[in-house]
Amino acid sequence: MTEKTNHSPEPRVASPELLSRRAFLEKLMFVLSAIGTVAVSIPLLGYVLSPIIKRDPQVWRSVGKVDDFKVGTVTAVAFVDSQTLPWDGLTNKTGAWLRRDSDTEFIAFALTCTHLGCPVRWMGDAQLFMCPCHGGVYYKDGSVAAGPPPHPLPRFDVRINGDQVEIGTAPLMIQRG
Amino acid sequence: MKQTLKKIWQWVDERTGLAEMIGPQLTHLVPHDARWWYVFGSATLMCFSLQIVTGILLAFTYVPSGGQAYESLQYITNQQPFGNFLRAMHFYGSSAMILMAVIHMVQVFIFGSYKYPRELNWATGVMLLGMTIVMGFTGQMMRWDQDAVWTFVVAAEQAGRVPLIGGWLGKFIIGGDTEGGSTLTKFFAIHVFIVPGMILAFIGLHLQLVLKNGISEPPTPGKKVDPKTYREEYHQLMEKTGVPFWPDAAWRDAVFAIALLFAIMFCAWFFGPPALDDPPDPSLYNAIPVPDWYLMWYFAVLALMPPAIENVVMVFGPLLAGLLLLSLPFVSGTGERSWKRRPWAVASVLGGAVLIGVLWLAAVEHRWSPHFTEDPLPVEVVGATEGPVAEGAKIFHDRGCINCHRIEGHGGFRGPELTYVADKLGDSQLILRIANGGGAMPAFASIIHADEMAKLIAFLDTRKHEVKN
Repeated sequence: MTEKTNHSPEPRVASPELLSRRAFLEKLMFVLSAIGTVAVSIPLLGYVLSPIIKRDPQVWRSVGKVDDFKVGTVTAVAFVDSQTLPWDGLTNKTGAWLRRDSDTEFIAFALTCTHLGCPVRWMGDAQLFMCPCHGGVYYKDGSVAAGPPPHPLPRFDVRINGDQVEIGTAPLMIQRG
Repeated sequence: MKQTLKKIWQWVDERTGLAEMIGPQLTHLVPHDARWWYVFGSATLMCFSLQIVTGILLAFTYVPSGGQAYESLQYITNQQPFGNFLRAMHFYGSSAMILMAVIHMVQVFIFGSYKYPRELNWATGVMLLGMTIVMGFTGQMMRWDQDAVWTFVVAAEQAGRVPLIGGWLGKFIIGGDTEGGSTLTKFFAIHVFIVPGMILAFIGLHLQLVLKNGISEPPTPGKKVDPKTYREEYHQLMEKTGVPFWPDAAWRDAVFAIALLFAIMFCAWFFGPPALDDPPDPSLYNAIPVPDWYLMWYFAVLALMPPAIENVVMVFGPLLAGLLLLSLPFVSGTGERSWKRRPWAVASVLGGAVLIGVLWLAAVEHRWSPHFTEDPLPVEVVGATEGPVAEGAKIFHDRGCINCHRIEGHGGFRGPELTYVADKLGDSQLILRIANGGGAMPAFASIIHADEMAKLIAFLDTRKHEVKN
């Protein structure tokens, strides 16, 4: 009577045909896995990287009436970003320092220091923008007055539309190395 | 009862082989003199377990949504029973985990335990430390307040310095062109799924290596590691004087881990979690995004390094530090283990500790930042209530001089102290410096008018040692 087991009773002789069959099966597994991985990766990577590729269109957002801003003053303004999601909450906003230069001229500076992106503050009496993080200072025209910032303060587009001051939305101003 | 339990266990063990699987690992022989210096690895593991438990419990309530995370944090902190305590446990647990991992690493380095055959124990440990710091940084982002919103901006700006792909990296970090709902969600997934998963996998590998290579014996001066003979010698040593890990060595791990747990609970109970800042509104500008304590020293690096090397340091600094640590056992993987014969090892630990300590202190004071909330100089400092000197002192405050210059204990540290400036500089020199600026000082020529300048100089002229006749 032969004992029933799951194993073969004796090891098979590894004939040349069997060896080449095994080598083929190994290759087959690698190739199949590679094809599967690539096939599934394309849509997944597309999903993950879509925020990088997508570019939000510029829209104009009103930040107040022209008459609300006195010539020579710098005011903190906030506006809603170009693209929003229902769960953004407060985070759909961007701020800017709006400076009225003359009756018809406005400049909107980004809040982001060009050193590492900390939010700069306008010191009205000193007529300077100061960064709280690493001591960057800018003049009222946004040019670097002191400290580590490599570039002047970035600007948003501004226009006057009727009696409204409008700022053109823009991506976060990331300084390139 | 005891009999029944034993029977149940035998029934389970007969079918699973659990005792056979775990027993030998638990009782593997360890050096009899590996005592209290060897508890920091298991303490790190205890902290990680605690982080998993408290993290999952926080996720019971926390809403990882740009719009609601802040409110859910406020609910956890202020309303949910033990919510405040839980947040604090998760914070002090992370602090303890980083601290223990660093102490563990220093101990392994000082004892020369990273040498053959434990090079990969060291390498996986370095990877784990890196992931732990990523957990800390992303955890700070989960504290979704005004500072966190700006931390993302700072992270994106730093990523922006990477050559070629910097802009894309920055966009990836903030989740699009601007911050919004998709900023927080991705980092939540990274913080709770991706990195913890990687840490678990690496802990498995790390422990497997500990079992495979054994716990290193405390070094003896003059006894060098030779790959040809080390394993055999270690084996013989264990056979002769080794003790089973369980329970002869494990009890110290348990005692220390429990003591640490109580220390974490004590801190959590008495100090509470880090306070929530203002709401996460990116248009608010009163934020000072400062890293949590374990990266505070890096904040000083970013502030103090010369701008010319900034891009290189920001991008390659962390990379280089990681590679240096990883390469250690491949550079000095054999030879002397004892710190008594490795003066450079001791010196580098002390040097590193002093360097980080000094940078850390500098960052806590952050004297390079202007002070924004200085009150006007008091009368007893000014020495006048009216006239040009008093008006000059007012200008000194209003025009922001005081933000950076100190006078008798009032004002910032960014610029030189001016308490006795008139001892050194005459009127024309003062005017020249104020008008033209230079270095870290803005030029005030277009900001301070001539009549104001005269008053300011009148005030500064009083700042000198009194001449005694």
